[in-house]
Amino acid sequence: MTITLEELTDIARVEQDKQSEAKHSIKVCMAAGCMSSGSDLIKDALENEIKSRNWGDSCRVSRVGCLGLCAAGPLIKVDPENLYYKGVRPDDAGDILDALGGAPLDRLICPDKIPFFQRQQKVVLENSGVIDPERIEEYVARAGYRALYKALRSMTPKEVIDEVTASGLRGRGGAGFPAGLKWTAVSKGTDQHKFVVCNADEGDPGAFMDRSVLESDPHRVLEGMAIAAYAIGAQEGYIYVRAEYPLAIKRLKIAIRQAERMGVLGRNIFNTTFNFDIKVRLGAGAFVCGEETALISSIEGRRGTPRPRPPYPYEFGLWGHPTLINNVETLANIPPIIRNGGQWFAKIGTEKSKGTKVFALAGRVMNTGLIEVPMGTLIRDVIFDVGGGIPGGRKFKAIQTGGPSGGCIPEQFLDMPLDYESLAQLGSIMGSGGLIIMDETSCMVDVAKFFMEFCMSESCGKCVPCRVGTAHVYRILSNIAGGLGKMSDLETLTELCDLMKQTSLCGLGQTASNPVLSTLHYFEQEYIDHIQHRQCKAGVCHMAGIEEES
Amino acid sequence: MESVLDPKGEAAEDPRWRLVNRAIRLHGGAPDSLIETLHAVQEHFGYLDRDALKYVANTLQVPLSMVYGVATFYHYFTLKPSGEHTCVVCQGTACYIGGASNILKQINKNTGIDPGETTGDGKLSLLSARCLGSCSLAPVVVFDGQVAGRMTTEAVLEKIGSWLSDDHHT
Repeated sequence: MTITLEELTDIARVEQDKQSEAKHSIKVCMAAGCMSSGSDLIKDALENEIKSRNWGDSCRVSRVGCLGLCAAGPLIKVDPENLYYKGVRPDDAGDILDALGGAPLDRLICPDKIPFFQRQQKVVLENSGVIDPERIEEYVARAGYRALYKALRSMTPKEVIDEVTASGLRGRGGAGFPAGLKWTAVSKGTDQHKFVVCNADEGDPGAFMDRSVLESDPHRVLEGMAIAAYAIGAQEGYIYVRAEYPLAIKRLKIAIRQAERMGVLGRNIFNTTFNFDIKVRLGAGAFVCGEETALISSIEGRRGTPRPRPPYPYEFGLWGHPTLINNVETLANIPPIIRNGGQWFAKIGTEKSKGTKVFALAGRVMNTGLIEVPMGTLIRDVIFDVGGGIPGGRKFKAIQTGGPSGGCIPEQFLDMPLDYESLAQLGSIMGSGGLIIMDETSCMVDVAKFFMEFCMSESCGKCVPCRVGTAHVYRILSNIAGGLGKMSDLETLTELCDLMKQTSLCGLGQTASNPVLSTLHYFEQEYIDHIQHRQCKAGVCHMAGIEEES
Repeated sequence: MESVLDPKGEAAEDPRWRLVNRAIRLHGGAPDSLIETLHAVQEHFGYLDRDALKYVANTLQVPLSMVYGVATFYHYFTLKPSGEHTCVVCQGTACYIGGASNILKQINKNTGIDPGETTGDGKLSLLSARCLGSCSLAPVVVFDGQVAGRMTTEAVLEKIGSWLSDDHHT
């Protein structure tokens, strides 16, 4: 069953009318964070209360994706007043309804004039916290699948790729490879079979951007994949998603079913010759599967071990066919780029890093949650403005970007912009967008040890530098953290890290040394304190032979 | 899965096997659906035992060594049955700097088990997770599938204590 533009417009209009009929609309955040604090019970309570008051359709309660400020969850938003209520409990339902149209409830109000809400610029998250992720109609009512229509009916595949190239969009999975170049490379393949793969194996600890996008606005990713498939000439797509994200998987599957039923996925989409189907494949808890050749191996049902490149997946990917692999956030950027044009996107951000970036803000910061800011926003602004600073009057120590492949950036670089080049210059990487803020209660040796333990146990074991190197570096770091280190260890560490960087097979081993090298570079004194004075100023490490206090 | 061999085919008595067979059919019994199939088995039985691995190998026509290789490569799969209750302590970065390692240490002090182990009486399985993506609620602990955020060591020990002292459960 295919669909016409008129029908799509009708669906949008009916939905918009339905929404404008309600005098009040209460949006309950039902992304994983707020859900685990019981936001589903709040939604039930509100609905029951409305039913018992016989209000009918005048007040609409809807499930929405992430409202962003996870620290204050469970969050709800009341429109048209544009009020946020934080820390809501089911028994607040009556009071919330009483306050509609009158003075806001003081005890629950969450100020919305704070930089957290005002400094953000939403492109990827434009529908997040606005639409019900389990209803395709709400996505359509917000110009959903319009970009796909535009691409299929008024653009050639080459024009679509040109638009993506003009936008300057770079891969949001970590390395920042220009999306337009990747698309061009896959499109040149002459193979009849090609694939589009969405990488949703968000393995970085401390990162939850992709989870939020999938939970809050899954159709955006499907639309991005369909446009990509048209541009490169693929008919089949896979979404490789972590099994640890059950809610995201559930919503993705619902979205795919709805899209197929509506005719925006499947055969002859928008009455063209373009066919496209999407399947979901579950990961099973292996960090290395974020690497593209390991991911391919895992989709094929095998152990997720990487292989040497070339050949690159764009010529030899899934089952040997040309394959385009893009991250969730990269694909989520595609519909607005096609809708508004590449030039529009290129105006946001810096010269080399275009657009916005979604970051997961966590650790020792007031406003933990999901944020989206233009590329090039200063680190200081993200932590102290949007993030609201460090809680408990403690002092900022470092910001960790890029997870186990990234580094720790100290205070003196707070005024650097967040973009691919600046972070690389500081010995870290953009990574997928997890930002962990640390204060003086975190020990840098311990953090380096934490990440090395991670890489050691996630190493697939195929190549020696990574398998043996991570274990050896971890042993040295454990010794230092345990007060058994020697000064010569520091030299050995640098040497080993350099060796892993130069000779490992895949990104995991090549970047595993970044947390160690960056902390050694910026916080060498802490290492020396541990070795020479057997002292951990943050009070995290327990030195051998010294009694624990607790 | 304690049953003897064979009762797993299409007309299996155990409805769980019928569901696994359905999952295999949905993927056309293709060898590349190995991971999906193992997910189905684990979803219905809680773990993967030798019998199940053999059955999957035969049905998908994949060498048993490869099935075992995949089942042990991925952290999500477990070859051991879990206890009556499970407690998963997230060890993601945000949880780690929020004190998750201390929670694990104290659980070990109280129960004597490390992540991946089950208490002798089979009441509690302790697991650690890489990152549950609920970093803003750090530290996060999952009790029997229920996510609990901003946990303290005391609260976790209390919850576990109530499970361990509960004699009425069978």
